Amino acid sequence: MTPDIDKLTKVASQVRRDIVRMVHACQSGHPGGSLGCADYLVALYFHTLKHNTKFSMDGHDEDLFFLSNGHISPVWYSVLARSGYFEVSELATFRKLNTRLQGHPTTHEKLPGVRVASGSLGQGMSVAIGAALAKKANNDSRLVFSLHGDGELQEGQIWESAMYASHNKVDNLISTIDVNGQQIDGPTDKILSLGNLREKWEAFGWEVLEMSGNDMSDVIRVLDLAISKTSKGKPIMILMQTMMGNGVDFMMHTHKWHGSAPNDAQLASALAQLEETLGDY
Amino acid sequence: MKKYTYTEKKDTRSGFGAGLLEAGKKNDQVVALCADLIGSLKMDAFIAEFPDRFYQVGIAEANMMGIAAGLTIGGKIPFTGTFANFSTGRVYDQIRQSIAYSDKNVKICASHAGLTLGEDGATHQILEDIGMMKMLPGMVVINPCDYNQTKAATMAIADYHGPVYLRFGRPAVPVFTDPDQKFEIGKAWMVNEGTDVSIFATGHLVWSAIEAGEKLAEEGINVEIINIHTIKPLDAEAVLKSVAKTGCVVSAEEHNRIGGLGDSIAQLLATNNPVPQEYVAVNDSFGESGTPDQLMKKYGLDTEDIIKAVKKVIKRK
Repeated sequence: MTPDIDKLTKVASQVRRDIVRMVHACQSGHPGGSLGCADYLVALYFHTLKHNTKFSMDGHDEDLFFLSNGHISPVWYSVLARSGYFEVSELATFRKLNTRLQGHPTTHEKLPGVRVASGSLGQGMSVAIGAALAKKANNDSRLVFSLHGDGELQEGQIWESAMYASHNKVDNLISTIDVNGQQIDGPTDKILSLGNLREKWEAFGWEVLEMSGNDMSDVIRVLDLAISKTSKGKPIMILMQTMMGNGVDFMMHTHKWHGSAPNDAQLASALAQLEETLGDY
Repeated sequence: MKKYTYTEKKDTRSGFGAGLLEAGKKNDQVVALCADLIGSLKMDAFIAEFPDRFYQVGIAEANMMGIAAGLTIGGKIPFTGTFANFSTGRVYDQIRQSIAYSDKNVKICASHAGLTLGEDGATHQILEDIGMMKMLPGMVVINPCDYNQTKAATMAIADYHGPVYLRFGRPAVPVFTDPDQKFEIGKAWMVNEGTDVSIFATGHLVWSAIEAGEKLAEEGINVEIINIHTIKPLDAEAVLKSVAKTGCVVSAEEHNRIGGLGDSIAQLLATNNPVPQEYVAVNDSFGESGTPDQLMKKYGLDTEDIIKAVKKVIKRK
């Protein structure tokens, strides 16, 4: 199947509109990383995943996705809603009292599509490995995907799980790192440099691919390539280069928009740059 | 007064190992994980019987908790095994977010709890684990008293859906409960009925309470002994019923007096029926190296300490 890149790009534009509107409406949240990962998550949910929007926690015979860097919840919520897990109108409740769309994703409020809480960083790869092991034990040939921030690699648990996955040949797992080079206090190179990520992950025994995360054609190409590399004895790592804030000019080239919300004028400026393709919620 | 005897001493961790094997036979969704302590956790029999249902994670407890949470998503019932210290304090945030808040059906099985771990010393003798785990919403906390009860508890938690903390120990202790008992989560066990004082004991302290009760009976003091094997949810009905009769309490546990069973009982009584209470517990300190018996004596957790506490609390009525 040849994916319709134009169609996916249009979905991503709407998702970016959702992100800035959600964050603006509650004046909190994390727009920068959300915008940067919009293309990846749209490609995943609208092209790659074999999934059922009639949500079941166990997800037998479907591909599973785990968001480890839970603070980019706006992009995930938008993609889940736009792909049919729940009504898009619910996006208006993001971060508000009694919402299922908590600041960081949780199973606690029973939001369809979420299988574990995340937000405290470094835990999602372990959980994804567990789910991948369960699939193997259940003779379920579907795959498990996970997404992590690059700053998140500073958490030690990531490297525990990295060792485990290669040693135990968890080859039904495709993890992706959002390499945007930014974290809350500044560029990763200044805060705690990550070094050569390709060499690191290869040294940990992973099959490493690189992807241009804000180029929909490349995202599709690399995700397809990653799937072709599964079941070969190695877990797969995609190093995804993205631009934090991608799609909104004033949110790019800075870590400033990691965790702050636009004001009314900034919202208007952002929305003017993002085509409304599927109708705002 | 019921008379309790024993013919052998066994470690409660072996009760866990035996229970895990039985749970595995009964339910093929039961799987086990261990962080490089198979022998200490007595998991060998399960691994021999079900090698494909065992996951060795190495010395990486945080990863173990996350993997366990993930395994539940495919319908598995994971039992994690390591020392109590590494099952709780080391991985509190992993348990909090990936297991408790995410309502995952993980059984956190923790050996070598408390002072009776012995010679390894305070780095390994956790005395705060009950407190940490009982504060997590939705977490069940169980601390059985002997081999048979630990085996029964291990089998029972496999049938219960939700996160559980199961705490047990290293040393061989008297085996005095029914080998065929049915373990009911949250249901206290009436060890001996009495009228003068209620002793609420958990874990290794239950046998000490029985010994104390026998000696006190010789002095004409009639104690009621209740085994609180499930610290959370606490069997409030059993506690309140007993206290309504006796009017005073001794709580006994191998844990810091802050945050343990005694505090759970005090909180219940403060809001329902305030009565004098004495704690047999570690007085807000770390442990140290020594034999289990030496340590229990030095830190005020042996039979004589229960006797003293009973006499003191009765005077305060």
